[in-house]
Amino acid sequence: MHSICFQATGVPRSNYIFDSCSPALAISKPINLRFCGLRKEAFGFSGLTHSSSGRVRFSSRGHSKKVSASAESNGSPPKSFDYDLIIIGAGVGGHGAALHAVEKGLKTAIIEGDVVGGTCVNRGCVPSKALLAVSGKMRELQSEHHMKALGLQVSAAGYDRQGVADHANNLASKIRSNLTNSMKALGVDILTGVGTIVGPQKVKYGKVGFPDNIVTAKNIIIATGSVPFVPKGIEVDGKTVITSDHALKLESVPDWIAIVGSGYIGLEFSDVYTALGSEVTFIEALDQLMPGFDPEIGKLAQRVLINPRKIDYHTGVFATKITPAKDGKPVIIELIDAKTKEPKDTLEVYAALIATGRAPFTNGLGLENVNVVTQRGFVPVDERMRVIDTNGNLVPHLYCIGDANGKMMLAHAASAQGISVVEQVTGRDHVLNHLSIPAACFTHPEISMVGLTEPQAREKAQKEGFEVGVAKTSFKANTKALAENEGEGLAKLIYRPDNGEILGVHIFGLHAADLIHEASNAIALGTRIQDIKFAVHAHPTLSEVLDELFKSAKVKAAALSHGPVSEPVAV
Amino acid sequence: MQTQLGSAAFPRLLRRSLSYIPSILYSLHSLLNLFHFFRFLSNSSPQSQKHKEMASPFLSNTTISFSSSLSSSSLPRIAPSIPFSSIRSNSTPRRILTVRSKIREIFMPALSSTMTEGKIVSWVKSEGDVLSKGESVVVVESDKADMDVETFYDGILAAIVVGEGETAPVGAAIGILAETEDEIAEAKAKAASKSGASTPSAPPPAPAPGAASTPAPPKSTPAPAAPTVAEGPRKTVATPFAKKLAKQHKVDIESVVGTGPYGRITPEDIEAAAGLSPSKKNVGLAVVVETKPAAPAKAPAASAAPSSLPPPVPGSTVVPFTTMQAAVSKNMVESLSVPTFRVGYPVTTDALDALYEKVKPKGVTMTALLAKAAAMALAQHPLVNSSCKDGKSFTYNSNINIAVAVAINGGLITPVLQDADKLDLYLLSQKWKELVEKARAKQLQPQEYNSGTFTLSNLGMFGVDRFDAILPPGQGAIMAVGASKPTVVADADGFFSVKNKMLVNVTADHRIIYGADLAAFLQTFSKIVENPESLTL
Repeated sequence: MHSICFQATGVPRSNYIFDSCSPALAISKPINLRFCGLRKEAFGFSGLTHSSSGRVRFSSRGHSKKVSASAESNGSPPKSFDYDLIIIGAGVGGHGAALHAVEKGLKTAIIEGDVVGGTCVNRGCVPSKALLAVSGKMRELQSEHHMKALGLQVSAAGYDRQGVADHANNLASKIRSNLTNSMKALGVDILTGVGTIVGPQKVKYGKVGFPDNIVTAKNIIIATGSVPFVPKGIEVDGKTVITSDHALKLESVPDWIAIVGSGYIGLEFSDVYTALGSEVTFIEALDQLMPGFDPEIGKLAQRVLINPRKIDYHTGVFATKITPAKDGKPVIIELIDAKTKEPKDTLEVYAALIATGRAPFTNGLGLENVNVVTQRGFVPVDERMRVIDTNGNLVPHLYCIGDANGKMMLAHAASAQGISVVEQVTGRDHVLNHLSIPAACFTHPEISMVGLTEPQAREKAQKEGFEVGVAKTSFKANTKALAENEGEGLAKLIYRPDNGEILGVHIFGLHAADLIHEASNAIALGTRIQDIKFAVHAHPTLSEVLDELFKSAKVKAAALSHGPVSEPVAV
Repeated sequence: MQTQLGSAAFPRLLRRSLSYIPSILYSLHSLLNLFHFFRFLSNSSPQSQKHKEMASPFLSNTTISFSSSLSSSSLPRIAPSIPFSSIRSNSTPRRILTVRSKIREIFMPALSSTMTEGKIVSWVKSEGDVLSKGESVVVVESDKADMDVETFYDGILAAIVVGEGETAPVGAAIGILAETEDEIAEAKAKAASKSGASTPSAPPPAPAPGAASTPAPPKSTPAPAAPTVAEGPRKTVATPFAKKLAKQHKVDIESVVGTGPYGRITPEDIEAAAGLSPSKKNVGLAVVVETKPAAPAKAPAASAAPSSLPPPVPGSTVVPFTTMQAAVSKNMVESLSVPTFRVGYPVTTDALDALYEKVKPKGVTMTALLAKAAAMALAQHPLVNSSCKDGKSFTYNSNINIAVAVAINGGLITPVLQDADKLDLYLLSQKWKELVEKARAKQLQPQEYNSGTFTLSNLGMFGVDRFDAILPPGQGAIMAVGASKPTVVADADGFFSVKNKMLVNVTADHRIIYGADLAAFLQTFSKIVENPESLTL
């Protein structure tokens, strides 16, 4: 409580970020409930016992000093502004921020040098979902066993590569035009060109060969996203050695493709390629496939998504050199041991997909004009997405969201961060709880998660001295899953038995990506297991997997002392 | 706990069907108790033995307990609890009567309905440890999950038959449980005999009973592979699925020769080495064509045909016929209905060669020369220019139209030199040039390729000395021309000389053209070629 008040006084009145700080505190609880996925800082100080979980992860004292320092050190900002808010980059993050800004009554412009929609819509989640939709259907049609079990007879399933590629492309165009129209309809100005920051609250933009325009805004959000990361030594020719950008065009379906990296991108493409008849070899630098997933989920996923398919893998190796196919030679991949750095193997394959992650796209943003230096390309930000300069001070009125800040490289995280920033600039302090942001991998079946993995939770528990409970349910027990003949799957709940807090939920199974939101919403809203277990689920639906999961958790009696629903209402 | 995974399945269903009270949760623990209770019930009377048998798989599927039996297999399975086991089950004195041995085998449990073998992740207990009922003994990895396996019996883990990291089929003994310390030695002896016979790592292939019924020899000898292995250290490149299949079918991948691009070992190579017919799925994918042919109508025929054909050579690709190739194929099959015979004849070509040198600058080709010669011979032997349309009559053709077989990329076509006997050599050459150009541009009109009455096929330019042509349907004869080669000949006086000799071989329809007819025709042809001045007239 005291730190917030200090903050409010330390900030000049001209910056109205914290103007309504105190009123927000006073009415914190109802407001907090209005924004799913967003967590108000105020929540931590609202006097509820929930805050003990440690979900508020910033140091209030530290940043308050920074704000006051930076506000003084910067030059003279323009007196009147062209816009209330300028967003550089019209990806999903920028789009989300723009829509919310309009709703909040801000005059908003969005600058885009390429196509509206960014990576997600044009070269990422959206077209890949089209390919995965096809691969899922192919997989189903090809599974004789599955078809037979349903009593269906299907003659040999085939596909037309160009048709599949067109489907992905059409979907991207459609979503792109939807995004564009939605912004135009709301009166967001779409400025075409590459945006560059020229000074405080000042941005120039323009196409190559045309004079630059300079616009001013009270606040600026950087949302420039990322590009595929290609490690050194790998030569991408776009035909036999490709990145996800090329792969999504599906210009060929190689008989055998090596996928470097077994994260979300690699895993989804392995699903697509194997369904379309390719064989796949994974190359993973870590000792285990699918790093980043909860180990148990990863292990199960490997049993279902890797082992029975035409996939083999090399783990604990780096691909130091990848040469595209040329002069009658196949693609050659040189592997070294990730630990000893000794040459380990040489692979010859038809094609290689580089899925080693994504690098921030922040070159040419003019960050030097506001004294900001990127870290490995990422724009440094605090927990409120405020950009930090080289001296560790906050740059006033400048925010960075999405892949460009590297906090959580997911489209919906970028959007949530953007909304959070808009909340802040319109006078309501907000801190996004990243632990409430779900993630999904759209393999068949899907994988989804929110919050901590079991090892993370146990580490945290050890530090903070609480107990961790784990509950699991199987899709095999779910009527709807069995009706679909898709009983393979597991849902896992990591929680605190002492107070019923949900620490993490991981799902592997049919429609896992859709199922996770009950858990992520519960985390975002601070709903406890002892409360949510009384929520009713339609029968028979897949959502009962989570119903079962919550019910199988064993929350200690002490936490149950107050009633499940605060005010029962008779209907 | 791992075991919740499997056990959750059943009680949930049970619950759904019985009631809707959601707050009643069967924990794993209570579930086990329930099963123990069942077991207890079933042991109490001999009739319920059957019941027990039914419950067994149920138990192993859902609660992850291994079933165990007495070591003497001839005895009826009176499973649980003899002297040392749980207190409760000792309550009925009857059971003691049939007990002889107190050594039990720990079986690889079936942890899922699809599980055929399991891998030992770790032994929780080591040899010599005292076990009590309900304790976890071993962690088994199935195709689905890792599960703790617990014992239903008290005793001592006398021996571990299948070590950590090894796999064993469902039902195989993975360890031996002794009731008392006195029996440990006996149990160990038993374990030794077990591991000698059935350790998975043991070299004798000893396939499971199921494998014996496979009709084909499971492993074709890798003999054909041997020769290439000799070329020093060859790097084996096998595709992921090929490796998987090799492991599955126990094929030594080093002994397989890859037929894929860059000598890669493909899944088909492994299937061939394992003596399997290519899996249906692969074929299904390979046949995917970008366009959509009228498959349904032809499907029955297609599926009937392959039954008599050998499986395609591994690594082969299927390329459908072009229209032209399909026409060739159809004609060739049709030709089988005609009874043909062949007559060969050596022709001296020194004079023809000399003439050719003379007329070549005027644009005359050898094809034109030969066509003209054949046409002139045919003019004297109209029978050879006739055809048999219905099998009952001769059809004498009023024109002598010489069709000449031409290979154009990927196809074969026979442009026709019409009235070859009437046109002079230069016009004929001119005409021929036009026809070839049209053929290459695929602009031949039907009458320009299907009006032939006699066909000429020349492979001499390749150095072919003689060959056998197939008679095209609708014609009486076809002439196959070989290369003209310097040959030592002895004349009637016994003098040797070197002459250019060319072998021609005519295939004819014996329904209308007989041996003597053809011989006479060839003699005429030979004379024309040997005295070619008439060709230029």
